[in-house]
Amino acid sequence: MDGNVEDFTETARSKQAQNMPEMTKVECRNIDVFYGEKQAIFDISLDIPDRAVTAFIGPSGCGKSTFLRCINRMNDTIESARVTGQIFMDGADINDHSIDPVLLRSRVGMVFQKPNPFPKSIYDNIAYGPRIHGLASGKQELDEVVESALRKAGLWEEVKDRLLAPGTGLSGGQQQRLCIARAIAVSPEVILMDEPCSALDPIATARIEELIDELRERYCIVIVTHSMQQAARVSQKTAFFHLGKLVEYGDTERIFTNPEDSRTQDYITGRFG
Amino acid sequence: MNSPAPNPSEKGTFVTEAALKRLKKRHAAEMRFKLYGQVAIGIAVVALITLLVSIFGQASSAFSRNVLTFDTTLDAAQVDPTGARDPDEISRNVSGFNLLLQDNLADQFLPGVEDRARLRELYGLFTRLAVLPIARKTAERPDTIGSQQRFSVALADDIDLFLKGGVTERTSIKLGTVARISGSIETGVQMAFSSPDASDDITKAETRFQEASAADSAPTTLVSAGDTWFRLDTLADGSASLTFIAGEQALPAAGAQASALVLAQAQENRTVSDRQIAWTMLLKEEGRIKSTFNTSLFTHSDSTYPELAGAAAAIVGSLLTMLVTAMLAIPVGIFAAVYLEEFATKNRMTDLIEVNINNLAAVPSIVFGLLGAAVFINFLGMPRSVPLVGGLVLGLLVLPTVIIASRAALKSVPPSIRTAALGVGASPTQAVFHHVLPLAAPGILTGSIIGMARALGETAPLLLIGMVAFVAEVPSGPTDESTVLPVLIYKWSTGAERAWEPQTAAAIIVLLVFLVLMNLIAIILRRRFERRW
Ligand SMILES: Nc1ncnc2c1ncn2[C@@H]1O[C@H](COP(=O)(O)OP(=O)(O)OP(=O)(O)O)[C@@H](O)[C@H]1O
Ligand SMILES: [Mg+2]
Repeated sequence: MDGNVEDFTETARSKQAQNMPEMTKVECRNIDVFYGEKQAIFDISLDIPDRAVTAFIGPSGCGKSTFLRCINRMNDTIESARVTGQIFMDGADINDHSIDPVLLRSRVGMVFQKPNPFPKSIYDNIAYGPRIHGLASGKQELDEVVESALRKAGLWEEVKDRLLAPGTGLSGGQQQRLCIARAIAVSPEVILMDEPCSALDPIATARIEELIDELRERYCIVIVTHSMQQAARVSQKTAFFHLGKLVEYGDTERIFTNPEDSRTQDYITGRFG
Repeated sequence: MNSPAPNPSEKGTFVTEAALKRLKKRHAAEMRFKLYGQVAIGIAVVALITLLVSIFGQASSAFSRNVLTFDTTLDAAQVDPTGARDPDEISRNVSGFNLLLQDNLADQFLPGVEDRARLRELYGLFTRLAVLPIARKTAERPDTIGSQQRFSVALADDIDLFLKGGVTERTSIKLGTVARISGSIETGVQMAFSSPDASDDITKAETRFQEASAADSAPTTLVSAGDTWFRLDTLADGSASLTFIAGEQALPAAGAQASALVLAQAQENRTVSDRQIAWTMLLKEEGRIKSTFNTSLFTHSDSTYPELAGAAAAIVGSLLTMLVTAMLAIPVGIFAAVYLEEFATKNRMTDLIEVNINNLAAVPSIVFGLLGAAVFINFLGMPRSVPLVGGLVLGLLVLPTVIIASRAALKSVPPSIRTAALGVGASPTQAVFHHVLPLAAPGILTGSIIGMARALGETAPLLLIGMVAFVAEVPSGPTDESTVLPVLIYKWSTGAERAWEPQTAAAIIVLLVFLVLMNLIAIILRRRFERRW
């Protein structure tokens, strides 16, 4: 057990070395989420830094996905869900009536737990977002957007010869990278990833982690994960959730080496969860 | 090495006696269930095959039609007595064209005969209106008047039926050649045949028919020798005494080919007389009666004569009605389903709507007919018997089916597709129209086409809005009076003449072909739109 924590610390420290000056991208203030009568999130306030990876960890059912969905207002699409509190992105309230969730979602991309490419060609999967947002004028420009998104997602070399093949025909790991490329293609500022590697094998996971590490330089990334190792490897900040409450939030290094709360300690050492 | 060999009867702990027994029971249950399934499928297949065989068997005769060819000069005095060359007048001059045909037949078979009854018997080979197509053709090309032309006309339905083996049972017997002949055409002929079994064969056939049928229907035998036909009066000592009925009015030469046609019934008991049979056989021998594909089924509209009746008007009427139905039911149904499934918030109101739609799908179709008659015809003042109203009524009828099928199709699209689309910033409408609807399209199309197929076969609601009217003209638009295939089938099936029977079966086949075509389209479209996941 202890050895494990030691390992995390190692990785976390090496990450800490490249840390950049912190700048808050998303501010969450007093968020409560209700599913019907049932409250799933209790008064969570949290600042998410730009150009860094923030990891949400916590036992199953503690509300990580629910909280993540608040950031791009995907909870709006769930009929029973009701969100209170305020979320500011670059200082603007995203729940304001003047902000269209559709526009918000083009700035806050999302990658889901299960790869969910459209049953269309690889090209169309990527090109769909830029098309509906009018990000590319003309075929040439669109081609460039598609290529650069696929390159950033590290998929270009594998699929460049079969861009017109169906996206659903790719392997699970490739599909997930395709979904990341799809999210990147609309040039978002924030990328939300809900357990992006849970359906993948270790090699594919490693590729995605590498990718996340590269993307960190340009985007604000929030990742939900069940793997302590992953959180330690890729994130600079970690938030620990428990029963709908934010128990502890801070630098990944500190959370893994010196957690303040005993519940965090128990969770990261695998005593419950 | 030295451990005792396992005792084969002592198996693992879970292979106990009781477990084996249970397993056996389970296998038996499985086999039984499989058997039930096979029996059920067997029953369904047998029912289907019986249906198809009986319909096709009945209809086969309706798809061919015996026509009589005749050469005639289109005499201007008869065809166009006014000399105006007015197409309308020419096409309406049925009696003029009829005379041409009657004269042609009379010249051949009854030259100089004045006996009106006899002549009527001859003219009974075809119906008065059989010449209508000829009149129309001539009206289109008035320049042919005065010239020699060859036409074919449909034979009367009874004659046609006789040629197809109906009207009465019969057998024909070869009698060899005429061995001896005496007497005269006017007073009666005595004839003997070269075949030694001739009289035996005839007697045998007659007794067979006698025994098979009711006592009062005496079998009749007709004898043909050369080009002359006789009725057999008595048969004694190999010598037949015969009465002339039709054909060459001269004694056939000795050595001419002779044959007998034994009919199960006397002419009083059948719709075709002895003479008509003789004339028909003579014309057939001459090659003037031919069996052709019955195009009138597709080119003619309804008629009171089965041999002239066609389904053209009903086919066009059905197509027009379907067009209106599709234009109402498919877009409205799809939009209603999309709204209910994708946009409407789930509350009491939508629950109520859902329950009502499901109930509406089960409402008997005749109720929709009453509704259509009350709303469209009485209240909105639309005309009766038109495809527009029929299509609207059927559209309302299939609307619930389309909505239910479309909703099921939309439900089957995985929610991950919607979240994916929303996740890249598509609006809910874009998510539905770009992703969900295309994926649901195969199911929606199948449901719609099944609904349309149901509408195509509906009769009851259309009877109520007057689409049962006799329609002699092919409708040219959705506001013209018209009828539809199932109503036509219903009407034809109530016809008194025997000839309506194959005609009805043929119309059923036309309807079935339409249904099969629609299903085929559904399958092709489904294949087209189907996507792999
Ligand atoms: N659509 C929903 N309707 C009602 N309740 C929901 C819904 N989604 C989530 N919940 C409830 O909200 C709570 C938090 O769920 P959430 O999915 O956010 O957990 P999570 O931390 O992401 O869990 P996991 O790690 O298993 O994904 C759970 O108790 C769950 O049952
Ligand atoms: Mg989750």
